[in-house]
Amino acid sequence: MIVIGGGGTGAAVAYDLSLRGARVTLLERGELTSGTTGRHHGQLHCGARYAVQDREIGRECMEESEILRRIAPDSIEFNYGLFVALTAEDEQYCDTFLPACRACGIPARLLTAGQALAMEPHLNPKLRLAVLVPDGSMDAWRLALQFFASARHQGVDIRNFCEVVQLNLGGSGGDGAQSRITGVEVRDYRCGREYVLEADLVVNATGAWSRKVAGMAGIDIAISPSPGTMVAVKGRLTNMVISRLHPAGDGDIIVPQRNLSIIGSTQWLAEDPEDLSVPIRDVESLLVSAAEMLPAFKDAPFHTAWAAPRPLVGQAGGGAGLRSLSRDFTLIDHREADGVDRFLSIIGGKATTLRGMAQITADRVCRQLGIEAECRTADRPLQPARSFYGAPSRAL
Amino acid sequence: MSQKKITFKIFRYDAGDPGSGHFEETDLPVEETTTVLDVLESLGRADRTLMFRHSCHHGSCGTCACRINGRERLACLTRILDLNTSVVTVEPLNKLAKLGDLVVDPADFFREYPSDWQTLRRSEANPEATPPQELPAYLRLENCIECGACVSACPVEDFLGPAVLAGLNRERLNRKQRDRPSTDAPDNDKPFLGLAGGGRGVWKCKRALECSRVCPTAVYPARHIQELRDVLKG
Repeated sequence: MIVIGGGGTGAAVAYDLSLRGARVTLLERGELTSGTTGRHHGQLHCGARYAVQDREIGRECMEESEILRRIAPDSIEFNYGLFVALTAEDEQYCDTFLPACRACGIPARLLTAGQALAMEPHLNPKLRLAVLVPDGSMDAWRLALQFFASARHQGVDIRNFCEVVQLNLGGSGGDGAQSRITGVEVRDYRCGREYVLEADLVVNATGAWSRKVAGMAGIDIAISPSPGTMVAVKGRLTNMVISRLHPAGDGDIIVPQRNLSIIGSTQWLAEDPEDLSVPIRDVESLLVSAAEMLPAFKDAPFHTAWAAPRPLVGQAGGGAGLRSLSRDFTLIDHREADGVDRFLSIIGGKATTLRGMAQITADRVCRQLGIEAECRTADRPLQPARSFYGAPSRAL
Repeated sequence: MSQKKITFKIFRYDAGDPGSGHFEETDLPVEETTTVLDVLESLGRADRTLMFRHSCHHGSCGTCACRINGRERLACLTRILDLNTSVVTVEPLNKLAKLGDLVVDPADFFREYPSDWQTLRRSEANPEATPPQELPAYLRLENCIECGACVSACPVEDFLGPAVLAGLNRERLNRKQRDRPSTDAPDNDKPFLGLAGGGRGVWKCKRALECSRVCPTAVYPARHIQELRDVLKG
């Protein structure tokens, strides 16, 4: 089988399939995680951010964040998170927020302003109350690398700097499909050669680029590349993730990472996932929102601003209502959707839920190929990130 | 925003043949905020064969380290106009195997790390803060992002290298904190000092201090090497 796309999703799908006994090759056009995965905010979501809007996503984040803490503790700063109420309106929102968290199985604990300030002294002293939840920070690159290392350990052939330039289609497929994917044409930049790789099945895990990849099979996927801006300042102002206690919006989450504090995010619509100049107004508005929660943010030295091209499934009509587009993932079986057999696209989702997305994708792959194999990724510790590069398994 | 035209000289070679290395020159207009990584991405869109590494775009993954105007830096954090030169050269890191254009294989570097060294340490941010009862202590990831800049800049050959020795000292100190909350427990420094004092260890350091100069995350490897030397000397 072939997995196209070397982001977190591709890594987790390749790993899951390999544990079920499949022989897998993963192809990535550039360096691993150079698209969207590496650039994300770095939040390990317990689901509280989504609990009011979507119980399912909230519950899924809680379950998956617990699994990641178990299988990849080395890539996670697990320090909890605070949702802070700064206004009477925020305080009122708490009456909806707390029960929603509990309904998702998230152990949320109400704190007084004094208790919250004892945990995080840089918080706005005007805060009215806070809610403690099991959020955390993660290293986006190293968490993905742990999946790649584990996949490689299981025999997955991981080829970065290898671009798929054509999807090869053959005669009719199963269930009355007009055609089926038989393999891919690859341009291997490492050696300068082009070659064909045959495959029983191809998974398109290219996120914001999946429309382009599926287009090579004559399939149109409705995707809006929807980039978001993040701004980092120097200095670790908090140890916990700090979120504003209000309905999800722009610039309401501050994630500490090593010696940085990062505020995110915004959201706009782009034509091209590679055209990502950071809008200066985003930087300004993010810094203002951050300073509302953590006044010290405005005095901290600027580090950098960048954008990540999120893939949002379903076409949006404009700026308004953008936030209500599904943050969840979509799995498309192109046999049913487009009459092209042995071809699936997995798009969207969150870094926190990548393992669960991979499980659902691999279940579908196994069903299509008539393979009976259980998912085994939830309780096996992942290989350390460094071992991706062949580091020895010897301890000092 | 004001623009300035800069000449970029990017190290390129025929696929699989570093011997054919040469500089490819391009003139491009840049703005105040344009980084070297922005330029590489824009060149890469026009020519897909250009190979370079990148991931996080904010200095936390360490993949985009390369030599910019002869000095090791992260491409994502290097603003071109801050370099104050009208010609900017970009080359791959030294000492590591070349895989294509600016891409090196960090395998030789990662192989030096024993598998049981951890990446997390106790957070020093806001020492007056009390963690919630759910946590014994606040943790954070180590500063070192393993970008290889110090390895490339270090003039010493056949050496464990600054990153690994800094990591060794951090791991030694972290274990003291983790395993020896009370001072009565015995020290367990022996294996660490054995490695640090060995043939490829701290005594090979010539104190060029290049490692501390190029480190993008203020690990100051030279200080860790000095501390290990002091401990070894007793």
